[in-house]
Amino acid sequence: MRPDTEAALADIVKSAKGPLAIQGGGTRGLSPQGDVLSVAGLSGITLYEPGALTMVAQAGTPISEIEAALAAENQRLAFEPMDHRAVLGTQGDPTLGGVISANVSGPRRIQGGSARDYALGVRFVDGTGTAVKNGGRVMKNVTGYDLVKLMCGAFGTLGVLTEVSLKVLPSPETQGTLMLRGLDDVAGVRAMSAAMGSPYEITGAAHCAKIMEGGSVTALRIEGFETSVAYRMDQLKDLLKGFNVDMNVADATMSDWIWKSVRDATLLADVPEDIWRVSCKPSDAPALMARSGAVGWYFDWAGGLIWVRMPAGGDLRAALGAFDGHATLVRASEATRAVVPTFHPEAPGVAKISAGLRARFDPRGILNPGLMGPVAREIA
Amino acid sequence: MEMPIPAPAVLARKDRVVARLQAVLPSDAVIQDPAETRAYECDALTAYRCPPMVAVLPASTQEVSEILRICHEEGVPVVPRGSGTSLAGGALPTADCVILGVARMNDVLDTDYDNRTIKVQTGRTNLSVTGAVEENGFFYAPDPSSQLACAIAGNIAMNSGGAHCLKYGVTTNNLMGVTMVMMDGEIVELGGAHMDAAGLDLLGLICGSEGQLGVVTEATLRILPKPEGARPVLMGFDSAEIAGACVADIIKAGVLPVAIEFMDKMLIEVCEDFAKADYPMCEALLIVEVEGSEAEINDQLALITEIARRHNPVALRESASADESARIWAGRKAAFSAIGRISDYMCLDGTIPVSELPYVLRRIGEMSEQYGLRVGNVFHAGDGNMHPLICYDANKPGDLEICEEFGAEVLKLCVEVGGCLTGEHGVGIEKRDLMTHQYAPADLEAQMAVKDVFDPQWLLNPAKVFPLAVSETRRALDVAAE
Repeated sequence: MRPDTEAALADIVKSAKGPLAIQGGGTRGLSPQGDVLSVAGLSGITLYEPGALTMVAQAGTPISEIEAALAAENQRLAFEPMDHRAVLGTQGDPTLGGVISANVSGPRRIQGGSARDYALGVRFVDGTGTAVKNGGRVMKNVTGYDLVKLMCGAFGTLGVLTEVSLKVLPSPETQGTLMLRGLDDVAGVRAMSAAMGSPYEITGAAHCAKIMEGGSVTALRIEGFETSVAYRMDQLKDLLKGFNVDMNVADATMSDWIWKSVRDATLLADVPEDIWRVSCKPSDAPALMARSGAVGWYFDWAGGLIWVRMPAGGDLRAALGAFDGHATLVRASEATRAVVPTFHPEAPGVAKISAGLRARFDPRGILNPGLMGPVAREIA
Repeated sequence: MEMPIPAPAVLARKDRVVARLQAVLPSDAVIQDPAETRAYECDALTAYRCPPMVAVLPASTQEVSEILRICHEEGVPVVPRGSGTSLAGGALPTADCVILGVARMNDVLDTDYDNRTIKVQTGRTNLSVTGAVEENGFFYAPDPSSQLACAIAGNIAMNSGGAHCLKYGVTTNNLMGVTMVMMDGEIVELGGAHMDAAGLDLLGLICGSEGQLGVVTEATLRILPKPEGARPVLMGFDSAEIAGACVADIIKAGVLPVAIEFMDKMLIEVCEDFAKADYPMCEALLIVEVEGSEAEINDQLALITEIARRHNPVALRESASADESARIWAGRKAAFSAIGRISDYMCLDGTIPVSELPYVLRRIGEMSEQYGLRVGNVFHAGDGNMHPLICYDANKPGDLEICEEFGAEVLKLCVEVGGCLTGEHGVGIEKRDLMTHQYAPADLEAQMAVKDVFDPQWLLNPAKVFPLAVSETRRALDVAAE
């Protein structure tokens, strides 16, 4: 099913007799059970005002189309959405609806926020087939509850997105990346923390020790006007000289390549193990990995995001025990997925709220059922 | 502004409710004497007042939990209150409610510079969060004008913004975790010091929910390293159109100032009289502030003034010293006090697409003639958040009503041009009855369904946000249950 309008999509949901698997570009590797309902037919940018930093587009609009339109005005999606195709081996075109539904962000999340911080408004069709709008196309809006945030990261379980308004930002003139060589995980996180605590507006902080050939690298990105980047790079080198390691600066081209690789986890594309993603307090990252039983890992978000290579079938959550954060299973065999849930189990109080929301927004339990928690069933 | 009729059955239970609250709280934390409850009769929307049945001042999450459990069992509405600075009536009591004030809960629980977070009790004031970390070179970014007095609890409830949110975002973009007490007393934790909370974005949902979903008692907030420096430039133009075009060109040039503030002629005059900021007399004034090192500031200001010159400014003044910067900001920061000195006023908070600024200002000017009330405009021009200040005479019968009608027309205009009713103050009671202009019945139903999940009896701040007629059947649930 591939409707072309919101009304047609609402009809499909309303008359659905069983589960629907909501799909944008189909690149994120989530394949819930049910008849595939593709949103790709709802496509196109409906409004773009560069001077107001806002764009409105239908949910099925390919991210590539959005990025091209923005690039023509020297603007961009500041949350740097990850492209999952390399690491998951999927085909297709990532869509705006998919990015927002999964709250997909990249390395700049640590400074500029995630997808949910740039979503200004949504239209969606809930599980009863009712079309709902929330938010708008202005940057500041506290009119009523923020269902935009609720839909962002709900993976289609509360409603099918049909349109999204976004805040966009100017692209910087240039970028550069400071590379520190040879720091272990603890020192790497300390260096990233020192950089993040400086006024030089680091827009990317990653560290990989156990994943690449040739020793560890800690990478710190600065973006802005040419003179500003040069100045800040010098200040940053000075700030970090106490770490006593080799430092060199990657130019704009190299820097761009580095952060695309960090963003898309391309280092993990060809490894045979399962892949996990851990969100944690940055300073906890080294200790968490030390007890993880993982084969390898790298840190993004100054340690706040860990990409983990885990032996096939291993349960990272069990290995880590209780910690401030959560772990998501990104890539694994069907057999593993059958026994290890994709998302971190919620605390009982929170699980009750989530289940309550699903029961209200999708009373028949037909939207990507089971993806984010137990299926809600209509109470007779 | 209509408020629901207090439930006689609840009022009749006052003694029992007070006794039960006294059993779990220190004696000075339960206020029931009508002479003392009057202190809680209004917030900063002072035109509306109503003393609560009881006020309670808990000192811990556990005490908040006990209070809510009791009120839940007794079917008593609860109105949470931060510092009472809401301009929208968010903390306005009803006569049958318990006001739950978090003012005693103002401790810093943890500062973590390595991970750039601070954990506080939510009664702490906005500015004192920055106060707790500034010695170490950090600050908390959201900066509502009331930041000296307003509490983090209220900031979270209203998703407060401020002049610098063009760069740093509003409360929801700086809130990482909360401890929240549900209406039935259950304590839940959402998010924490990690960056993306798991599961559904409940943190984003409760931020801006105006105290209707739960009472937030502790918050983990993002703190940021202070920039090396900041400096404004002031520019004057012959018309709002030209000022608007200049703003759009600055943004398109790839500069992202921390603040772009707009003032119209009426406010320039009033502020000048009050603050002697040496503002040029013109139709439209912009204050644009940038941050960075000295050299970076110079580079950015050079680019901005070059763009401004293309729009034939009648005045252009780059600050060359801290003293001059302070003077440029003095008038803008004093805007509300300055206008308050000459008249009673109502402050609106609609947001519009920036491109609609000239049209909206022209229409507001026409309405000002039509209603016979003066109006001045300040405006966060970078993000489209307007603050028209409508002058009226509180002692003149009928003037407030005319002012409210004028205000409602302005807000409807904001919605009409693609904007919204409120950018940072919240709906409260003030904009409650206009919600149907922005949202269709299904849109409001979806929002109310959320409240149904968090607070099935609609006991938490029930008379706010949604038009009373729209929420009536839900609010009646509790009364019906008696």
